[in-house]
Amino acid sequence: MASSKEEAAIAYWKENVRLLITLLIIWFVVSYGLGIILAPALNSIVIAGYPLGFWFAQQGAIYAFIVLIFVYVFKMNALDRKYDVHEE
Amino acid sequence: MDLALTTYLIVGATFVLYIGIAIWAKAGTTGEFYVAGKGVNPIANGMATAADWMSAASFISMAGLIAFLGYDASVYLMGWTGGYVLLALLLAPYLRKFGKFTVPEFIGDRFYSKTARVIAVIALIVASITYVIGQMKGIGVAFSRFLETSYEMGLFIGMAIVFFYAVIGGMKGITYTQIAQYCVMIFAYTIPAVFISLAITGNPLPQLGLGGTVSDGTYLLNKLDNILVDLGFSQYTAMKGSMLNMFFLTMSLMIGTAGLPHVIVRFFTVPRVRDARLSAGWTLIFIAILYTTAPAVGAMSFYNLINTVQPGPIGSEDGNLLYEDVPGWFSRWQETGLLQWEDKNDDGRIQYYDSNNPAFAPTAAEYGWEGNELTVDRDIMVMANPEIAQLPNWVIALTVAGGLAAALSTAAGLLMAISSSISHDLIKGVINPGISEKSELLAARIAMGSAVLVAGYLGLNPPGFAAQVVALAFGLAASSLFPVLMLGIFSRRMNSAGAIAGMLSGLTFTLIYVFTYKGWFFIPGTNTLPDTPEHWFMGIGPQAIGAIGALINVVVATLVSRATAPPPKDIQELVESIRVPRAS
Repeated sequence: MASSKEEAAIAYWKENVRLLITLLIIWFVVSYGLGIILAPALNSIVIAGYPLGFWFAQQGAIYAFIVLIFVYVFKMNALDRKYDVHEE
Repeated sequence: MDLALTTYLIVGATFVLYIGIAIWAKAGTTGEFYVAGKGVNPIANGMATAADWMSAASFISMAGLIAFLGYDASVYLMGWTGGYVLLALLLAPYLRKFGKFTVPEFIGDRFYSKTARVIAVIALIVASITYVIGQMKGIGVAFSRFLETSYEMGLFIGMAIVFFYAVIGGMKGITYTQIAQYCVMIFAYTIPAVFISLAITGNPLPQLGLGGTVSDGTYLLNKLDNILVDLGFSQYTAMKGSMLNMFFLTMSLMIGTAGLPHVIVRFFTVPRVRDARLSAGWTLIFIAILYTTAPAVGAMSFYNLINTVQPGPIGSEDGNLLYEDVPGWFSRWQETGLLQWEDKNDDGRIQYYDSNNPAFAPTAAEYGWEGNELTVDRDIMVMANPEIAQLPNWVIALTVAGGLAAALSTAAGLLMAISSSISHDLIKGVINPGISEKSELLAARIAMGSAVLVAGYLGLNPPGFAAQVVALAFGLAASSLFPVLMLGIFSRRMNSAGAIAGMLSGLTFTLIYVFTYKGWFFIPGTNTLPDTPEHWFMGIGPQAIGAIGALINVVVATLVSRATAPPPKDIQELVESIRVPRAS
């Protein structure tokens, strides 16, 4: 029993870390990639009055950050229930 | 009703509110004093964290920075919000599961070392005190400018208010006061922004108005780009500084944000692990309301300013504003010295252009301009906004109350972090572990009171290096606290030797780099190299070096921990247990 419990803990942690890495890659691409590194190139594209690189740096990245945290919250709540480690 | 009286009434009403909350939320136990009894609703905590985090700098200075730097100011927007992703994913839930009172306590327990705990306390106190000086100055300046008192008097009133609600209410009092302060702040910020956006672009939502069109049908940002280029400046939406520096500065601000102890500790106050995750999301929403408005406020108030001084075609004889025609707000801000005009070519008109741009000099000479005549302090962009948009006096008064709320809430959060690390980490943790709860609570209140006095003293006698140290506060938090907290959670193998070596190397590297450019111990004139981009190592400025410090911390900590014995079994079990919300 103890070993299966341990295996479950390892599996839970693995899934958690995989989710973290995925979200952090998106976090990096949106802010550093589109907002900084590619910004000069993206600025030649104008959407709704915004040069695109400028938009990512001053508005888009912030919206993306919010979405990332809420995706994390919902995915982790599901993961907690899946491995029966949720609170209450 | 005249402006001063309206301002007194509105600011006075907010102060009565804060004190009332303090009396209602009096802390009775150390748990209530340090972490508000761990009973704060995640949305409420998000609001309190947002107020805690957004300082006088966010409220007053950021839009001005954006106005004058344009795209390059994005580092602050992304850096100060992106840190919450790190905080939510990498720290908040695990530290909440750990479930104690302070950040150094986690470091001390996780690395089974009083030395590690004391180093963390030192990093925390240095980062927090330097940051608090800026808030105290903000309070003093806001009072003296708007309430016609002296700077000192304003500072004393601010100290008395913070003293009252922080000493009595502890974290519990601070939390509920910060919620009220958030509401004051966000109304004060968004109301003028909505009006200015309506006036310039016809769109009530500043976030959309920024991409909107101005009266002649061209896009605001496009128009701004063109005017600035015609006046010899760089394009508003284009990158002006070094990309590498921007990259590392953004990263330092993100890691620094995630490592600031007064923010981390707010996630100790919610009931459950899942609330800590959720609360980080709400925090970012509440912060984003202000942070996505700020770029619009910056661009629009800047557009207003340029249009005011340059009403006609650039270069035409009567294109510039006659000084005798300046609007009321212009002369009012001139009295404060934050807006200055000097008629260099004696034509009685105001010229605003980039006189430092050699390529533009021939054009300027052709126009008969003999130098830029207008000097604008960046900080007036938010504070003058309601006046420029011709809003009623109560809106101007509300802006003052908002600026004060921003400064007071951050000051209280920082003082709380300082006092709890003194009473809980130093007195209970190191000096007198047998202290009773009642005595510890008293010690916490005395530490809080002393911290207010020290902050007040430093506000009255600000050390010359205060402004420079704010950048260092982020560098310190980024290079010392964040990496060890993260490694403590994600690396079971990380031991005390690794953590201590990592913190010390990250801190030392960051300090040496900053001192090289800013002067040794910030003594003016002792800098080894001039603080200009061409002398920075690979173009990375001292403000941006925290990210490299953090990297060095991680590398050293990992190498040292691999070369020394693994942590004891009970510590490895502690790491296991903080990784899951509830043991199955």
